[in-house]
Amino acid sequence: MDPARLTKLDDVTWRIEPTGAMRVPAILCADEALIREMDDKVAEQASNVAALPGIVGASFVMPDAHWGYGFPIGGVAAFDAEHGGVVSAGGVGFDISCGVRTMTTGLPLAEVERVKDALADALARAIPAGVGSEGAITLDPVAMDAMLRGGARWAVEQGWGEAADLERIEEGGCAEGARPDCVSARAKERQRREMGTLGSGNHYLEVQVVEEVFDPAVARAFGLAPGEVVVTIHCGSRGLGHQIGTEFLKEMVIAAEAAGLELPDRELACAPIASEVGQRYLGAMRPATNCALANREILGHFARRVLRHFFPQAELRLLFDVSHNTCKVETHRVNGREPRTLFVHRKGATRAFGPGHPSLPEALRPVGQPVLIGGSMGTGSYVLVGAPESEERSFASACHGAGCAMSRLAATQQWSGRQIVDELAARGILIRSPSMRGVAEEAPGAYKDVSAVVLAAERAGLARRVARMRPVICIKG
Amino acid sequence: MPTERVETAAAAAQPANAPREIGWEHFPHGADIGVRGWGPSPARAFEQAALALTRIVTAAEVRPETEVEVACEAPDLELLLVEWLNAVVFEMAVRRMLFGRFAVTIEGEDGPGGVRLRGRLWGEPVDIARHAPAVEPKGATVTALRVAREPDDGRWSAACVVDV
Repeated sequence: MDPARLTKLDDVTWRIEPTGAMRVPAILCADEALIREMDDKVAEQASNVAALPGIVGASFVMPDAHWGYGFPIGGVAAFDAEHGGVVSAGGVGFDISCGVRTMTTGLPLAEVERVKDALADALARAIPAGVGSEGAITLDPVAMDAMLRGGARWAVEQGWGEAADLERIEEGGCAEGARPDCVSARAKERQRREMGTLGSGNHYLEVQVVEEVFDPAVARAFGLAPGEVVVTIHCGSRGLGHQIGTEFLKEMVIAAEAAGLELPDRELACAPIASEVGQRYLGAMRPATNCALANREILGHFARRVLRHFFPQAELRLLFDVSHNTCKVETHRVNGREPRTLFVHRKGATRAFGPGHPSLPEALRPVGQPVLIGGSMGTGSYVLVGAPESEERSFASACHGAGCAMSRLAATQQWSGRQIVDELAARGILIRSPSMRGVAEEAPGAYKDVSAVVLAAERAGLARRVARMRPVICIKG
Repeated sequence: MPTERVETAAAAAQPANAPREIGWEHFPHGADIGVRGWGPSPARAFEQAALALTRIVTAAEVRPETEVEVACEAPDLELLLVEWLNAVVFEMAVRRMLFGRFAVTIEGEDGPGGVRLRGRLWGEPVDIARHAPAVEPKGATVTALRVAREPDDGRWSAACVVDV
């Protein structure tokens, strides 16, 4: 994207002035180099979002943004139901409530290095990953509805998790307003044997070491110590979320066209929050959120079991669990005025509450919310903390990952999976994956520089860097 | 009658670059993959687009051991393509199967009451060692969605981006 197309507000904030159908401006949070790397489609999609009914403030773009479906991936937009605001299935995405959790272990890297190969093999056996993998859990219709209502709370009740985890998960591990009756039989059928599976693509389970600490005080509050090992899981709502996303996208496209609504892009299809379809979508999206929260809780439990086999004294504590494909009801001040209830869409963006936010557990409230940023297999990941000014800057939102720099096709043409596995092994990073092509598609070089992305997020006042982690073991689907 | 093609390993490995009467290809889209099928009719193009969907997952041979039937409908041919590919994604997911051979019939193309599709899929359970499945398709999208008769050679083309 040519920065000359944008109004530069400061080094990390750029504005697209409202023209045509746009109701609000688009605000891009990125430095000039990241803006230049961004596809022109990001500006086009952010401008299209700015034209949706009931949008409030601005259509925001995070530093890791890339071309998505209707909404850019790395897009944030808030809508007011009382002013005709909409909810968009495409604005949440197919993998509803896809997200990241990180657990601290207190284990020094040297201890893990001694058993690294055996640990990698044991994790690969315990975590069903990739196409054709079989989970150990099958849900009957009663258990399915209980899971869809209860989320991670349900998983803990079933013995697949620990009660202390719940306050470290957004919404206490359970999205309110879940209506399993709004979830189709096909979506439930797709999830019947999927609980406790990782999926494929960019989803992973990683054993990582804290390699660099930027903010020692916050790192201490988060339980992150240099040289210690953490376990991070990235995955979502599996088949259920995908099926719900697919079905409502179609319904919203047909409804919008029948109502004569002119959309610049069919993928922007949306429905008024106050409408029957809008309410039914929210009723189905929240069970999908619960499915993702339950799934990550179960995978965390599987990882705990394996780690405790090797290190019986290890305590795996959940640092936090964030979702980055969401639509959440939140209260925000807009331009310093009275607080308003808004439906905040984050498509490939992470909620980033600053210090003092009432929804944070007591131990985290003084410092702010952990913001977990997944990088690539080679470069590593970051833990950030929500910045005090993020509320005002972006409805308390930050980036979610490195963002892809090239397509999967281009990646497979450039690298072989075997070559990537060997190169990473030489650097002490073990990859376990059933698919070498899958590994090539996720090559570190296919991603943007995660360090540049998080630095831009920090400079833009979205979230501050706390620690950087390097992968040690990566389980991929 | 629909033409039923049994895919060969050679055809699976390399999408045709030169335009042929019937075929498929992938095209890039951000973090995801576009599928395009083409043929002398919408039904043939839809079959090829489904083959392109399978080829996101594996380049290996998929044996036509089991037959599965699907049916779907939509207001127009473009949304019907999305419905069809999503029906294939659904069967892949719940049966843990891959499909390498497809037969599609489409009705109602000339009428005002929407279009209906009946499809037959032949495939086999995923064999992780032999298929080395790469990424799992989550769903077909309406991004870069296009079903149209090409003005230059009269072939039908059916394309959209698949979220993986």
